[in-house]
Amino acid sequence: MSDRERVLGRVRRALADVPEDDTPYDRAIPRSYAREHGVRSAEETVELLAENLADYRAVVHRCAEAELPVLIARLLAARGAKSVLVPDGLPSAWLANADPVPVPDRAESTPYELDAVDSVVTGCAVAVAETGTLVLDGGPGQGRRRITLVPDHHICVVRVPEQVVASVPQALERLSPTRPLTWISGPSATSDIELNRVEGVHGPRTLEVVFAGVIPSVGGAGRPEGTPASVGE
Amino acid sequence: MNETFVGMPAFPEAAQKALGNGTLRGNLRHATHTIRAKRAAAVAEVSDWAELREAGSRIKEHTLRHLDRYLEQLEESVTAAGGTVHWAADAAEANRIVTRLVKETGESEVVKVKSMATQEIGLNEALEAAGIRAYETDLAELIVQLGEDRPSHILVPAIHRNRAEIRDIFRTAMAGWGRPAPEGLSDSPAELAEAARLHLREKFLRARVGVSGANFMVAETGTMVVVESEGNGRMCLTLPETLISVAGLEKVVPTWRDLEVFLQTLPRSSTAERMNPYTSMWTGTTDGDGPRAFHLVLLDNGRTDTLADEVGRQALRCIRCSACLNVCPVYERAGGHAYGSVYPGPIGAILSPQLRGTASEIDASLPYASSLCGACYEVCPVAIDIPEVLVRLRERVVEGGPAVREGNRVVLRPARGHAAERAAMRAARWIFTHPDALRTGQRLASRARRLRPRTLPGPGAAWTRTRDLPEVPAEPFRDWWERTRGGKEETK
Repeated sequence: MSDRERVLGRVRRALADVPEDDTPYDRAIPRSYAREHGVRSAEETVELLAENLADYRAVVHRCAEAELPVLIARLLAARGAKSVLVPDGLPSAWLANADPVPVPDRAESTPYELDAVDSVVTGCAVAVAETGTLVLDGGPGQGRRRITLVPDHHICVVRVPEQVVASVPQALERLSPTRPLTWISGPSATSDIELNRVEGVHGPRTLEVVFAGVIPSVGGAGRPEGTPASVGE
Repeated sequence: MNETFVGMPAFPEAAQKALGNGTLRGNLRHATHTIRAKRAAAVAEVSDWAELREAGSRIKEHTLRHLDRYLEQLEESVTAAGGTVHWAADAAEANRIVTRLVKETGESEVVKVKSMATQEIGLNEALEAAGIRAYETDLAELIVQLGEDRPSHILVPAIHRNRAEIRDIFRTAMAGWGRPAPEGLSDSPAELAEAARLHLREKFLRARVGVSGANFMVAETGTMVVVESEGNGRMCLTLPETLISVAGLEKVVPTWRDLEVFLQTLPRSSTAERMNPYTSMWTGTTDGDGPRAFHLVLLDNGRTDTLADEVGRQALRCIRCSACLNVCPVYERAGGHAYGSVYPGPIGAILSPQLRGTASEIDASLPYASSLCGACYEVCPVAIDIPEVLVRLRERVVEGGPAVREGNRVVLRPARGHAAERAAMRAARWIFTHPDALRTGQRLASRARRLRPRTLPGPGAAWTRTRDLPEVPAEPFRDWWERTRGGKEETK
């Protein structure tokens, strides 16, 4: 008898007490929990995302879509990046002003080659406000999972408000399980030393998130046109 | 085969030894109290915690009640997505499968994501015996591996080590495993994390085979989920060409949607975060992204025996958050090693004796490693009634009776150590079913009340070592009732 038959046989014998007409899945699970926590406008949801990202030491910047090339170039220069990984499908304008050497995301690149690249710029699939999470699904402008892992500096662009959802349940609704997914909540961290959170282990130690889009009532208020605002560190 | 730590004494003996270690107690107290307060705050942030907990509990319970169906569905989905599913009835078979898969790649080393299942089966030792070196990459697992130590916590296996001890381990042992610790390494957590980053980097970059566990497996889609913090998980899951995941049967959930519950409850319960830094989800293999080969090893190793007990079954709902450890007064004082298993704390006290049976001294003592205070049940995000299962297992140890071991129905013999307790219970039953004898006994006791000893002699001494004998009243209650008609004529 194979281990498969042995194990499944044991499972069935163990469940002899479960009746044929046991409550089906649809009725067995109470779904009375919230789809999202609280009632917020789109602007407030974006604001919550910024707060929660900053709370876990991501650095949040905001700008209009047209300002992205200037802002990204400035962030890469401030970092002193000499090279930047560029996933397929990243809008070419985003890096139009950037000085670092662009390194395309290729299947044949070795991990050592990726390790020599300073920064990576991507978009995302969806961002979750309540948890301060960015989700990448390998779609256009997001690249292979490893390119947002090996370089030490990740700049992730979130189109606001359209890519932002309030909650985890809403995020899962927008995502496809057939794609490889990476959920990112702040830079790499550990709680392994005395159960205290310390940022900076194996993943990118610096995560910069750029909100691209016009949020009229929040963030942009009171600052001169064309001056990107930053919160966080 | 099940891994019991070799030569492990029963819990009381091991705990007593641990209690004498002042550093250990200080480390544990500091860590558990820190996380306790943070968890409470993280949970209080969500208004529907009770509903999420109920949903999580019911999802797991339903899945367990139909486990055969969901496992077959999972196998089908994973296979359709390009993965290969293997079944292992016990630890030995799981180790054979993983060893063979690694050998087939021609590699002699693997990088590992922290995984309870591979700890449980002793995979590292099995690979070592086959000439394959397994590198632990989780920071706490690295500390344990470098220190030739044993894990003492589900989430943070090195919780028993403070920063100074970790620095000493890194300084002494890193060089023997690869890149040495940086010169002048201090004990600041940031520097220690940096040292781990540098030490493990070369291993990640050259790795061809990764080994992981799984937090969740979705039956309908074949999606695997690994929840982590450091990025070592992502390294192991995406850089190697071959990925082997070993997961207990109970890790399956029916649908994609079910993740919306656990992705909210698990991070808040374990590290007290709204969300852990990294969660990876993959379904089979993806062309041009990540490993080209994916193997899933489904592990029984006592889980179906646990499933056969209608009360004990709920232990399989566990999502390994470790909230019950952090809140447990017994764990806080005794530490994880005293439990003699990779599963310490309250959940370990109900898992180990079910996965491994109650034959060994340590496993028979684990159901007693609790004051039954119920704090573990309160914090459990899938509402496992740990005290209920503890009492059930105490009954099994004392009374014996039917159980399932390695798929076979067996009748357990009562434990010998409880002969005095059983004799006392038999005597009590006789007394309470013979009212005249009870009355005579009570009157005798009242008259001789000045002779009441402070402790019981003989085998009863074990009982009174931690308890006071009750006072004997001057007059038995029933005599008082008859004399005063229930207090109405008390004054007369």
